[in-house]
Amino acid sequence: MKLFSKLIGVVALLALTACGGGGYFGDSPISGAPGGEAAGSADPNSVAYFNQTIGDRVLFVVDEHTLTSQARATLDDQADWLLRNMEFNILVEGHADEQGTREYNLALGARRAASVQTYLISRGITSGRIRTVSYGKERPIEICSAESCYSQNRRAVSVISAGPGA
Amino acid sequence: MTRYLRDIFFALAALTIFVAASPVQAQSNSGPLRIEITEGVIEPLPFAIPEFIAGSSRVEDAASDITRVIAADLAGTGLFREIPRSAHISPITSFDSPVQYSDWQAINAQALITGSVSMEGGQLVVRFRLFDVFSQEPLGSGLQFVGDPDSWRRMAHNVADQVYERITGEGGYFDSRVTFVAEEGPKNARLKRIAIMDYDGANVQFLTDSRSLVLAPRFSPDGQSILYTSYETGFPQIYLMDLGTVRARVLDSQDGFMSFAPRFSPNGRSVVYSLETGGNTDIYLMDIASGRRTRLTDSPSIETAPSFSPDGSQIVFESDRSGSQQLYIMSASGGEARRISRNAGRYGTPVWSPRGDLIAFTNQQGGRFHIGVMRTDGGEERLLTSSFLDEGPTWAPNGRVIMFTRETAGADGAPAIYSVDISGRNLQRVSTPGMASDPSWSPLLQ
Repeated sequence: MKLFSKLIGVVALLALTACGGGGYFGDSPISGAPGGEAAGSADPNSVAYFNQTIGDRVLFVVDEHTLTSQARATLDDQADWLLRNMEFNILVEGHADEQGTREYNLALGARRAASVQTYLISRGITSGRIRTVSYGKERPIEICSAESCYSQNRRAVSVISAGPGA
Repeated sequence: MTRYLRDIFFALAALTIFVAASPVQAQSNSGPLRIEITEGVIEPLPFAIPEFIAGSSRVEDAASDITRVIAADLAGTGLFREIPRSAHISPITSFDSPVQYSDWQAINAQALITGSVSMEGGQLVVRFRLFDVFSQEPLGSGLQFVGDPDSWRRMAHNVADQVYERITGEGGYFDSRVTFVAEEGPKNARLKRIAIMDYDGANVQFLTDSRSLVLAPRFSPDGQSILYTSYETGFPQIYLMDLGTVRARVLDSQDGFMSFAPRFSPNGRSVVYSLETGGNTDIYLMDIASGRRTRLTDSPSIETAPSFSPDGSQIVFESDRSGSQQLYIMSASGGEARRISRNAGRYGTPVWSPRGDLIAFTNQQGGRFHIGVMRTDGGEERLLTSSFLDEGPTWAPNGRVIMFTRETAGADGAPAIYSVDISGRNLQRVSTPGMASDPSWSPLLQ
């Protein structure tokens, strides 16, 4: 697991220099990453700050795509960061837990990603800076078959990528 | 890949009926040797299959393998039971020598299958006869199959299909393939590849590498191509792959839109699928040749998993327009839909039977998943399986058996392909080299 965290850190750096968007492993590179980029997280304009201090993800209730008040608070901060850092775009990845059929979960993840997109647009982010994708139940981050894991997997993750201004 | 291509394009060089020793009257299943599948078979029919006679030492292994595959096909249905060779009384030493019916009656073999295997002009020749032991007469004519020696498995499946058809009166399904998703790696970093295999798990070939996440391949009605969903561009889009060339092309690649859940129309010329725009998923139809797209549903709810009726006139799909996932049928041109699922829980992944009579589906209730079937009006619903996670049924070519994905729970949870017959019996795990999901059964091969 430790090696995995390190790998995530490395991949995150690579992803920053590449033009991001839609890597195979979707959210895992820049997002998540406990202990990933400790050095940069103090800088409020760093990607590490976005991922860890603000939080790159919001969680959803079972089979729901409406945003909780906690999710809206996170997205308010994400919007502020994006307004300060115009050189970045985001890819919002919608995910579902494993309690559902494959196709339905793809559609549900798309709804969740769109909820985030719509909210960020309402906070002043231009739509051209936000793309969405759904992974359905294909990319769980927690792997137990219990609500403690499911609640973490029902998520929409805002993955930072280099924008046209970068 | 050459072997695979040969198999795909394998055509029986000759299929000859040769007249059995005595003229046959009872071809039309009038004798007592008969299984009515619809009545629900509890006691499998005992059959004997002595090793096929090898015409030369060169084909001894082939004769042994072919006999084994035929026996496995029949016993695997749950409708037949093989009487072990150790119980046989009279050995078969010549394909043409008369059958000692009393010796087979004595061990209660109701069906006797004899055969021979030889090489003639570089081609493998498989002959067989089927006997109704208690009526003391052949059931149908003897047949011979001639083909490339590499196609011996297909020839064995052809024999088994003939036996199955003569005894049950139903179409066979052994000479068929299954495309599926082969999976590897831990649950939070799964790698997936599109793969194809014989229906019994033999001859596995991988059709994509694991660089891109791929989902849910679906066979074309002619068995020559597949549809699937790939994240090759970073976004899920539907692809069409020709199985002869193993080349794929994207079908719907509108930037920023997800397309998924594709299936062919019965004539193979169009694809029905889901397209997501702005978070909303609806069902579309695309003409493959022109790429022209027609929208079939227009609703803020999730409409997905469409499947055509075999006559092409209707489409069954799932929608949560009522507040939860349920099954609906609409005209193939869209418009009003009628709900057909009525019982407890959520319903998804409907698939129309190739016979047209039933719809298979995934049902989710009480924290468990079930594969079930219902009539097209929603009546006579039967749940066939139950587990932590069963989903994604696909029909055997004869509409009598269903394969599906079963995934176990927990951090080590792993998917596998299972089969079950439409009475809910004969649940079996299908042999695959590793984890496997999303099976799609081909039509009978040509």
